[in-house]
Amino acid sequence: MSQHTLSVLVENRPGVLARVAALFSRRNFNIASLAVGPTEHESISRITVVADAEDTPLEQITKQLNKLVNVLKIVELEDTASVKRELLLVKVRADAQTRGQIIEVVNLFRASVVDVAPDSLVIEVTGSGQKLEAMMSMLDQYGIREFVKSGVVGIARGPRSMTDKALASR
Amino acid sequence: MAHSKAGEPMTGAQAIIRTLEALGVTDMFVLPGGQILPTFDPLFSSTKLRHILVRHEQGAGHAAAGYARASGKVGVCLVTSGPGGTNLVTALADAYMDSVPVVAITGQVPISSLGTDAFQESDIVGVTMPVTKHSMMVTSADQVAPSLAAAFEIASTGRPGPVLVDMTKTAQSGQTVFSWPVKVDLPGYRPVAKPSAKKIQEAADLIVRARRPVILAGGGVTIAGAAQDLVDFAELTGIPVATTLNARGAIPDGHRLSLGMPGMHGTVQSVLALQRADLVIAVGARFDDRVTGKVSSFAPGAKTIHADIDPAEIGKNRAVDVPIVGDAKDVLQELGKTVAERLVAGATIDLTAWWRQIDSWRKTYPLGYAQPSDGRLAPQYIIERLAELAGPNPVFVAGVGQHQMWASQFLKFSYPRQWQSSGGLGTMGYGVPAAMGAQVARPDATVWCIDGDGCFQMTGQEMVTCALNHIPIKVAIINNSSLGMVRQWQTLFYGSRYSDTDLNTGDDTQMIPDFVKLAEAMGCVGLRCAKAEDVDGTIKQANSITDKPVIVDFQVSRDAMVWPMVAAGASNDEIQYARGTAPVWDDEKN
Repeated sequence: MSQHTLSVLVENRPGVLARVAALFSRRNFNIASLAVGPTEHESISRITVVADAEDTPLEQITKQLNKLVNVLKIVELEDTASVKRELLLVKVRADAQTRGQIIEVVNLFRASVVDVAPDSLVIEVTGSGQKLEAMMSMLDQYGIREFVKSGVVGIARGPRSMTDKALASR
Repeated sequence: MAHSKAGEPMTGAQAIIRTLEALGVTDMFVLPGGQILPTFDPLFSSTKLRHILVRHEQGAGHAAAGYARASGKVGVCLVTSGPGGTNLVTALADAYMDSVPVVAITGQVPISSLGTDAFQESDIVGVTMPVTKHSMMVTSADQVAPSLAAAFEIASTGRPGPVLVDMTKTAQSGQTVFSWPVKVDLPGYRPVAKPSAKKIQEAADLIVRARRPVILAGGGVTIAGAAQDLVDFAELTGIPVATTLNARGAIPDGHRLSLGMPGMHGTVQSVLALQRADLVIAVGARFDDRVTGKVSSFAPGAKTIHADIDPAEIGKNRAVDVPIVGDAKDVLQELGKTVAERLVAGATIDLTAWWRQIDSWRKTYPLGYAQPSDGRLAPQYIIERLAELAGPNPVFVAGVGQHQMWASQFLKFSYPRQWQSSGGLGTMGYGVPAAMGAQVARPDATVWCIDGDGCFQMTGQEMVTCALNHIPIKVAIINNSSLGMVRQWQTLFYGSRYSDTDLNTGDDTQMIPDFVKLAEAMGCVGLRCAKAEDVDGTIKQANSITDKPVIVDFQVSRDAMVWPMVAAGASNDEIQYARGTAPVWDDEKN
């Protein structure tokens, strides 16, 4: 199963996220990750969706998404031509003995400690999926009490803007 | 339009009516209720809109679809919030599957009550998302005209489909300034594409090289108004044409190039020609499983040209060699032009051997039926006689089941939009309300609904609507006292264990309901026919009644089955001509 990251520009209207998410479920496509947010244009929102797909279904996903009246533009973010990041907040068991070791791991991953308590730390880290996994496996030995992860967001490398292109085609 | 840009002050409800009038709507199917009441008031004084009060919202939806399919215009229905909208869902899903342009307007609670589980509130925009081309909520009177204009644009262009517009009471009772025309702002909607010249050339390359080509014409040909272009293209190339259920009539039955319907209950020549083809030219068809059978073994030796206005249909079910995105009319005209140039330049399309094979199938395995052994009427015979006696240019509408398949097989269609039925969704009960809509769209035509005893009991209440509104449809109930198609599957695949398929409407049963009495109670003429010698007379009598709807209870054998048949999930190679009889289709001696 190969994963593809799609950046989908949509009209900023009520219900559009529901349309996109429902399309995936009713067409039997799998969503691995989903992130929604504003863009530099008030009327446009951006959905980044990571889909589990082989090549043919990906084309089907794109075509079906394009049929949604509120979808403006879809671009696949290829690994080599884009930057993709996730955010992880993780709560780790930490006492006087282990705290120093954990902070060493935090520094190695260029992460940061955002909360400290006598027996725990909350660590914030951003990066690729692999980096986050690597860090989690390093922290595992200390005891992970809780973690929360964002969906992937991504942007194409280079000077061109996806939203500009979408607006120009209007 | 007559109004100045400055506009005219009015309520949102008035703007709904004015917008519908401005959009050219002349007929709509309606059922009022609390949250849509503001709109029914200005509707009451409209002189341009005929509004027909149905008995159930599903009837309004199917009637709008029947109207649209008979006329090519957008069908419109207007109902209330909550159950009014949810009762429409089946009809919308049906129109979505068969690409029918319908605009459904529903009432909705005021925006201050949204999300509070108010009386007769339902999230109908959410409910209908997966079964409409688009759905939208209107929250202010100013949005009324632009939203309705957008709804009509979306419903009627590209691949048509149903659009739901949910009118909050706030929008209906608010004030606005109406002006026409309005600007439609749909930045994400780009439906029309011209066929790529390069793909047309590639398709022409395959066409002039093919030795066993078949055109698979789908409902898109009818929708695009491309029936004549289909016939022209077929005649230019001599390529045989299979017409799917929704394309019946796109090429006249009896045309030498017409193979009839393909698929599960298709003609032997149509099914086998596709299985043996070296090229399938699909136009406005979507390779539905009822056409392909087991899709991996459908037309196994054929390259595929697939033209459709919806790019998502191309490659969805079948891998394609030449994809062409475009309107069926443009595609057929461009293909015709390009192939004609090749022929002038010396290319030849010699299909003599192919036609010899097809004609041999056609001769050996014509559509037919056996007389039922119980001595009761053969349902197919009634349909054959209807084909003969239904009058000039009749319109036929069918429900879903055995009678639908027999209608598609044994009626003779001569023009597009002459026939309609619920294809994709298979909605039992489509027939009566859709026939009502078709009759409203085609007041001068004789409209025959071929229905089943099961189907009729689902939506037959709309006969009341027909009677009261002088919509004189004729309904032939092919009454086998059962859910016949399900019964047929039980006979074939469940050891004749007839679990819940007996309807007791036969004259040898309790006969509940008695359709003749029911007809009379609903203000229609009821006739009954149980003998072969009475069939012609009964049809003629029904035809002679033009001031009232007519319901004919044709008492038929319950043992008749639809043949040919490919079992669900089986390869089309395994077509059965009759029970236990497979055609000998590798015989190439003649």
